[in-house]
Order: sequence, then structure tokens, then C-alpha cells
Amino acid sequence: MIFGSAILSSASMLAANVGKAVSDTAAAAVAHAGSASNGNWVIEHVSDSHTLDFLPFGEIHLPHFSPIHIAGLTIDMSLTKHVVMMWIAGLLVFLVLRAAAKGYKKSLIPRRFANAVEMVVLFIRDDVVLPATGEKGRKLLPYFLTLFFFILFSNLFELIPYASTPSGDINFTASLALIAFFVIQISGVIHHGFFGYFKGLIPKGVPIFALPILAVVEILGLFTKPFALCVRLFANLVAGDIAIFSFIGLIFVFGTVLIAPLAIGFALFIELLEVLVAFIQAYIFTILTALFVGMAIHQEH
Amino acid sequence: MLLQLNPGVIIWTAVTFGLLLLILKTTAWKPILEALDTREESIRQSIERAEEAKKEAEVVLEENRKNLAKAEERAQKLIREARELSEKLRSEAMSKAHADANSVLDKAREEIERDKQQAISQLHGLVAELAVKAAEKILSETIDEARQKKLVENFLNSLPKN
Repeated sequence: MIFGSAILSSASMLAANVGKAVSDTAAAAVAHAGSASNGNWVIEHVSDSHTLDFLPFGEIHLPHFSPIHIAGLTIDMSLTKHVVMMWIAGLLVFLVLRAAAKGYKKSLIPRRFANAVEMVVLFIRDDVVLPATGEKGRKLLPYFLTLFFFILFSNLFELIPYASTPSGDINFTASLALIAFFVIQISGVIHHGFFGYFKGLIPKGVPIFALPILAVVEILGLFTKPFALCVRLFANLVAGDIAIFSFIGLIFVFGTVLIAPLAIGFALFIELLEVLVAFIQAYIFTILTALFVGMAIHQEH
Repeated sequence: MLLQLNPGVIIWTAVTFGLLLLILKTTAWKPILEALDTREESIRQSIERAEEAKKEAEVVLEENRKNLAKAEERAQKLIREARELSEKLRSEAMSKAHADANSVLDKAREEIERDKQQAISQLHGLVAELAVKAAEKILSETIDEARQKKLVENFLNSLPKN
């Protein structure tokens, strides 16, 4: 009994200590990002900023460039957290794929690492792009492969401490969706000619009175598809981020360490889920773009 | 704040993606995709070659089987012919031996007959002479020798042969 109570008391002391440490951190967090309970700090963490936060080791302020004014639009080309993360992701993609490509110089039979990359490349080629676009999509393979790997690596940045995912930035996804939009339209125009492509958008045998409505719907559809791509990727990634931060934040909101195992357990669960989401969302973005390109190339008549 | 559009990031993303695409196209996708294509091509060719070789081997096997059957048949024929020949030779030799033996026997028999005839005829002469001499001595009266001989011969001829 005495022994047990000793353990209990020491445990409660430990808990108190840890609790104090946590509350200190929470106070720091509050000082850093406003009130902990209103949840603004979560949004602040998820959204873009001009500093790379390495709390408690300090932070790096990214350089500011003076905004450029073009046609009444103010464009701030200053580097942000997400731009830097995106570059790191791009660099990693480059390093990984170059290492894999080097493996093919010696022999056509891939080794362990190249084999893993090849599995993904083959999957994208044979199960995603070519079935959707047909043989004509073979030329676009580098685009789809780059898209998949770039999004995948960006997504995985969500799980790395101190990093933050560029995929959780609507500007990043919007840019990729914009590129996808152009790829879709241009491949359609290349295969059907400019007028042929836009004429082909409207199915044949439609009564004349329905033509204006259908034309509007189809042209709207051209824009909603990439828009959906953009929002889907952004929302999925940002949601995972917010969920993780919110679970961690529970500790600070409740102000007690006793909630920590639960909060961390849930956060861990979401993190693992996010690994899956990272792959799935990269896959979905790629396969939908491939499908849209396929639809633009093989218009229904 | 979360949905704030920032054209700078959009442009940076597009630039980054474009550059990444250009760099990867030459450093990664070209070698990887080409290697995959070459490998697939080589696999297809290998399979085709194997298929061809298999067909060829089957043809050769069939030919071999045919040849073997032919050879077997020929061997059987040869054996049969050899057996027939040997049989023929044997029977010929047998019959020839038989014939030889028979002819030898016949000859022997003829010789014996001839010798016998000779002996008998010699014996006739001798007996006639002896009889004449005996009759001469007994009768001491000589009659015409020719007549006497004839008499004895007649007598002898009247005797049963042997």
C-alpha cells in the first residue's frame, strides 16, 4: 500500500511537472499565436507565412521581394513557407528519380530501389494514364508522372515535423489545376482542331432549343473539373492537417496532460490515415487529369 | 486566410512544376521509360524466340521420331531378310547334302553292281574253264573244244542265277 501510494504520489508529481511544462508551452503558444482556445493558431499553422518556424530553435524569415504591379494586379513574388517546402519536395523528387534512373544505366533489370520506383511508374503508366487516354497519352506520360510524384512528395510533407505541406495551400493546388486545365484543353485542341474540339463538346443529336443551355453547361464543365481537382486536393490535405493540430491542441485547450495520451493517440491515428490520404489524393489528382485528357481526346460523337 | 489567393505562390508553383517537368523529362523519365520499353521489347522478343525454338524443336523431334520408326522398320526388314536368307541357305545346303549323299550312295551301289557283274562273269569263265579241264581229265577224250565250251555254257545258262 505504502509502495503503491509512493508510486501514485511520484506519478502525480511527474504529471504535475509535465503539466507545468505543457502549460508553459501552451502559454508560449498563446503568446505566439493569440488565444489557444479560439483555434486561430491551428489555422495560422496550416496557412502560408513568410517565416519558417523552427520553435524552439528559432525561425527563419524568408526574403521579401517588392510586389510587381501588372495590369492592376499586385503580385507578391516573395518566398513563403509553402514555396520553400515545394522546392524541397521538388528537389527530393528529382534526387529520388535520378537515383532510380541511374540504376537503369548498368542493366535493364532494376535493383531494389529502382524496382520500387518502377512499380509506381508502371502503375501510373499502365493502370492510370494509358487506360484513360489510350496510346495518344503516351506523349503526356512525363507530365502525369511528374504530377503524381510532385503531389505525392508535397503531400507527405504534411507528416514531417517542421515541414508543412504545400498541397494544403489553395494556391499550390490551383496552380496545378490550372496547368491540368491547359493540358486538357490543349490536348483536345491538338487532336480535334480548335473548332472541332469545341464543337465536339456538345453531343450530337441534341434538339436545337437545348443547345444554348448545353453549351453553357459544357463550357462551365471545362472549368469546374480543374476547380474540383484544386479544391479536392487542398481540402483533403488541409483537413488532415487541421485534424492533427486540433487533437494536439486538445492538450492545451484542456490545460491538462491527462488528455495527452488520448489526444496523441488520435493524432497518431490521423497521421497514419494521412499517409494513406497522401497517396490516394496524388493518385486521384493524376487519374482524374488523365481521364479528363482522355475525354478531351476521345470526344463522344 | 486559408483561402486567400496569392498569385505569387501560383506563379512559383507553376514555375517549379514546369522546371521539375523539364528536368525530370531528360534526367528521369526518358531513361526510365526507355528502359521499360526496351525491356518489354526484349521480353517480347525472347518469348517469340522461345516460341519459335519450341516449334523448331517439335519439328525436329517429330522428324527424329519418324526417322527412328523408319530405322526400326528397316532393321526389322533386314533381320527378316537375313533370317529368310539363312533359312534358304540352310535348306539348300541340306538338300544339296542329301542329294550328294544319295548320288554317292547310288554310285557306290552301281560300282558294287558292276563289280558284282564283273566278278560273276569272271567266275563264269573260270568255272567253264575248270569244268572243261576237269572234263578233259575225266574223259581224256578231247572233243571239239568249241563245242564243248558251248555245251558247258548252255548248261551253266540253264542253271538258276545266283
